[in-house]
Amino acid sequence: MITKTETTLQPAEWQELEKAPVSFFGMAWKKLRKNKGAMIGGSILLFFILTSVFAPVLTHYPVNEMRYDETLKAPSSEHWLGTDEFGRDIYTRILYGGRVSLLMGLVAVSIAGSVGVFLGVIAGYYRRLDLYIMQLMDILLAFPSLLMAIAIVAVLGVGLTNAMIAVAISVIPSFVRVVRGSVLAVREKEYIESARALGVRDWKIIVRHILPNIASPIIVLATLQFGVSILSAAALSFLGLGAQPPNPEWGALVYVGKSFLSQAWWMTLYPGLAIMLVVLGFNLLGDGLRDALDPRIK
Amino acid sequence: MGVTLIGVSLLVFMMLHLIPGDPVRYILGDFATPESIADLESRLGLDKPLPMQYLHYMAGVFQGDLGTSFVTGYSVMEEISNRFPITAQLAVYSILFGSIFGILIGVIAAMKQNTIFDQLVMVISLIGISAPSFWIALFLILLFAYHLGFFPISGYKGFYSLILPSITLGLGTAGNIARMTRSSMLEVIKQDYIRTAQAKGANLYRLIVQHSLQNAMIPVTTLIGLQFGALMAGAVVTETVFALPGMGSLIVSAIATRDIPTVQGLILFMAFLFIVVNLLVDLIYTKLDPRIRYE
Repeated sequence: MITKTETTLQPAEWQELEKAPVSFFGMAWKKLRKNKGAMIGGSILLFFILTSVFAPVLTHYPVNEMRYDETLKAPSSEHWLGTDEFGRDIYTRILYGGRVSLLMGLVAVSIAGSVGVFLGVIAGYYRRLDLYIMQLMDILLAFPSLLMAIAIVAVLGVGLTNAMIAVAISVIPSFVRVVRGSVLAVREKEYIESARALGVRDWKIIVRHILPNIASPIIVLATLQFGVSILSAAALSFLGLGAQPPNPEWGALVYVGKSFLSQAWWMTLYPGLAIMLVVLGFNLLGDGLRDALDPRIK
Repeated sequence: MGVTLIGVSLLVFMMLHLIPGDPVRYILGDFATPESIADLESRLGLDKPLPMQYLHYMAGVFQGDLGTSFVTGYSVMEEISNRFPITAQLAVYSILFGSIFGILIGVIAAMKQNTIFDQLVMVISLIGISAPSFWIALFLILLFAYHLGFFPISGYKGFYSLILPSITLGLGTAGNIARMTRSSMLEVIKQDYIRTAQAKGANLYRLIVQHSLQNAMIPVTTLIGLQFGALMAGAVVTETVFALPGMGSLIVSAIATRDIPTVQGLILFMAFLFIVVNLLVDLIYTKLDPRIRYE
């Protein structure tokens, strides 16, 4: 082992070296922190997550309470973002709607991620199954993702849960492709061959050696797909195929707002702005993560 | 590609059978008699075994028969041929708008790397990608159609009514293309042959158009091809907002009325188009980059 006395490093350089995080993810976090875009994206997301979680503390208006004497009120000190056609506070509905929209993204990415990683690992590791799984993915990829989500809703029926499932299924192929590609690259490495030669079981090789080594592209993809899923779910709700009024999901709020666009633009502007900011946050964070987790980028 | 097409057709065909409830009862309503149910089942071929039904469906598809709408009673193929020109125009104008605008600002951003203009282009591109198209559409309508009266608010009245929808659809495409063009150009202009051309005194226009752009266009072409799929799906939303009588708005109304043959036919047609466009993009590669050859 090299000691301080055996090196030509200056004390300050040695200190820096000692302070430097040794783990891959530690280094990635250091790089991520220096990325302005990623930090802005992360802050936007943190803001929306916190405001959604603490919605009851941040507003005193009930989310679905109708006040017919306060319909279509413009933004004011009393109603910061105005009111809708039933006198409901838009700010309150956006706060509570964040819970639904973010949850839709989370559920869709969790389902797609789990199924996609499972199928991608199987396709990449067991070459016999590769052809069948990838053929199935090619078939699914022949449908543009929102179109596929629409087709699935046509089969399952309109509603919030079905929209979540539809968005999840439409995202699965992109996970399978990325995971399979990463597994193919990792499975040929010497440490995997050594583990195989030592008689380590396949599932142990996959869990202990392959999955940790393909985590980076999965994290990046999941972050970017989170934004895509929220957009798709909002589009389904806007088309009347996802969350149904009075659910305050952001896409559904824009759907309701469009009928009052010329009289009450605030009903459409603010929920749409919330969708855009959250998706922008995920895109900025995803781009930053891609750079931070890529060992080739210094 | 053949297997993919068969798979796509199988999946689309199965839609009718995966749907909860009996489609025949749905068409005939609550007052259906056992005789009328049996009669309609026999006319739709639903009394035959599934593999036979699939073969029958595919035989129809190959002859240009995508079935008959449950709701209007019209041939689905006829509906598609009536509405396809509008969706095709919308897709072409959006791709043109997105490509021209995206490539132009992407090239300028790359040439002015790390300047305010570059950063501004990147932020605007990212906003264009992140903003929901239906939301942008509504505010374009409010400003340019409702307040300024430059364009019709909704419906199809010729080329004029496709300008706002094309901008709406093309904005996200432009954002993606601008980002890709910028990074691709940055990679190309660092190459030795560009430095050599620069040293030989090639002017800026020649350097960009003749030497850099063609090579930088290879990944951009892939993206334009992929964007076509997004545009087909985006057309569903945009056509609904602008009340354009295209395939996108038809699919939404068909889902609302559970008109499965129409949904099936439209999805099959759109998926087929998407596959064909991807194939064309692959062929364009070989023209752009002679090193790529397909066996």
